[in-house]
Amino acid sequence: MSGYIEGILVILLLNIVFAYAVYWPLAAGQLNLGVAGFVGIGAYASAYASNEYGVPPYLASLGAALVTFAAAIIIAVPVLRTRGIYLALATFAFGQVLHSLFLNLDVVGGAAGYPVNAYIGIGGIATCALGVFLVTLFLDRTRFGLNMVAVHHDNAVSDLFGINVRLYQTLAFAIGAGIAGLGGGLYGHHFSYIEPQNYTILFSIFVVLFVLLGGTQTVFGPLLGAIFFTLLPEALRASEEWRYAIFAVLIIGTMILRPQGLFTVHEIRIFRRLFDRGTPPGRAHG
Amino acid sequence: MLEQQLINGLMLGGIYVLVAVAFTLTIGILNFLNFSIPGVFMLAGVFTWVLLKAGVHWSLAVAGALAVGAAASLLVERCTYSWMRSSDHYVPLVSSMGFLILFENLVLVQWGSDLQRVVLPFSDLNIRYASLVVSIPQLLSLTLAVCLVVALRALLLKTQMGRALRAVAENATTAEILGVGVTRLVPAVFIIGGLFAALGGMLFALNYQQVHPYMGEEVALKGISAMVIGGMGNVWGAVLGGLLIGLTEVLSIHFFNADFVDFFVYGLLLVILFFKPTGLLGASKIVQEKF
Repeated sequence: MSGYIEGILVILLLNIVFAYAVYWPLAAGQLNLGVAGFVGIGAYASAYASNEYGVPPYLASLGAALVTFAAAIIIAVPVLRTRGIYLALATFAFGQVLHSLFLNLDVVGGAAGYPVNAYIGIGGIATCALGVFLVTLFLDRTRFGLNMVAVHHDNAVSDLFGINVRLYQTLAFAIGAGIAGLGGGLYGHHFSYIEPQNYTILFSIFVVLFVLLGGTQTVFGPLLGAIFFTLLPEALRASEEWRYAIFAVLIIGTMILRPQGLFTVHEIRIFRRLFDRGTPPGRAHG
Repeated sequence: MLEQQLINGLMLGGIYVLVAVAFTLTIGILNFLNFSIPGVFMLAGVFTWVLLKAGVHWSLAVAGALAVGAAASLLVERCTYSWMRSSDHYVPLVSSMGFLILFENLVLVQWGSDLQRVVLPFSDLNIRYASLVVSIPQLLSLTLAVCLVVALRALLLKTQMGRALRAVAENATTAEILGVGVTRLVPAVFIIGGLFAALGGMLFALNYQQVHPYMGEEVALKGISAMVIGGMGNVWGAVLGGLLIGLTEVLSIHFFNADFVDFFVYGLLLVILFFKPTGLLGASKIVQEKF
């Protein structure tokens, strides 16, 4: 595998991980604009653990996921008191505060950045990305995922049906944060260097944008969005400096023509129908 | 010196006031957090530089920058809000983020990402009193900001158009049934908001004499904080919030260092969101009911 293709694959896999970090809260109706902050917590925590205490990089990254998960449960207490646009603003403010904290934490290099000694290769990142996708896919198929959708559609009715709305909202927020932390750990250990400038509001905005481009009705949407976002600029190599401008136009166009994203429940039905062609009419579903 | 810092904070606050008013207008009337405002702010600043560099007279450069800002804002309206009035609440927000990235990258493609120096056609523009220095463009922007806010309040409360805007804010559908021309009013809101943001960007370019493609993010995102701290949809709240943010910023530089600015500014925003989400002066009743 050439270095160029491997480089792109690593970015793609990391983007898939980040996509699910944003997808989880969105599935419960929360627009998290502070995902960069959680990625940063994961990156710094895992880098510090592997640099200072010699923790193996994989263990450090998984530990970072747990740390950010736990941190998000605490942060969720005040953040989830807000709703809708206020929630987006609170997560935005939170991400900004974390960014400036990273800038001022001299123990991890502050603005100068922080080198990471241990290394995680493409294989490890691929395993983690696959793991994140499979866990999301599995949870989506269970009662857990069903309850999450119910909470998204109507808080009051879900509450009436005996779903602990607050618990599901907190879990969606924290699982997303945990995935972000994992992604941060992988990122730092692959590129061997982290700096506060990686974790700005623009990072959060880009991830939210490509997830919504893919669509949040199904678990496949974020995957498609990440692939689209990573590979399209490569396909448009001829006009490299135009890549983000073209991406922005695509986002605006998608929101006009298909606000629910590129991959929706409708596409799943089409796939089902293709595969169910052999079964007798009475048993076909979808 | 602390007095000088306080003056600088108020002057900087004047710019935040303009941006915060732009945000508060679209959120108060249309229930829409318009993330393209940093882009409009930046476009106006960059075009001020481009026109001045091309040797255009400063009055024409100012007018040109404002026109570009208003036009960009109208484009956003055409492609986001007007198409999507009935979709999920975050869809227009996402589209407006798309426009922010589009504007930034178009400027990047055209003029590069370097910090550009704005050369002013005037000589010394400072008023000195004792040991304090006040720059005239800064004083002008603060005065202008307050005057425009007074004018905007008058427009909203006293005129036929203001009455229609308030009706749309309360309930767009009912307003339409009662004969308010919603489709004509919405572009007007965007143009007024765009002009406020563009004025902020233009004055920023003149005051600090530097522009770059990402200047909007740094300033306009603080405008969002200013809006929330003062109270969403409340025009005077935007003024109070803007000045508070300006002061917080210079004071955190004075007592700590420049890297702590975001910590205190957005920390203040978090505290307000958690403990008094309606803001210091209270969000407009309409915004409170909607969220």
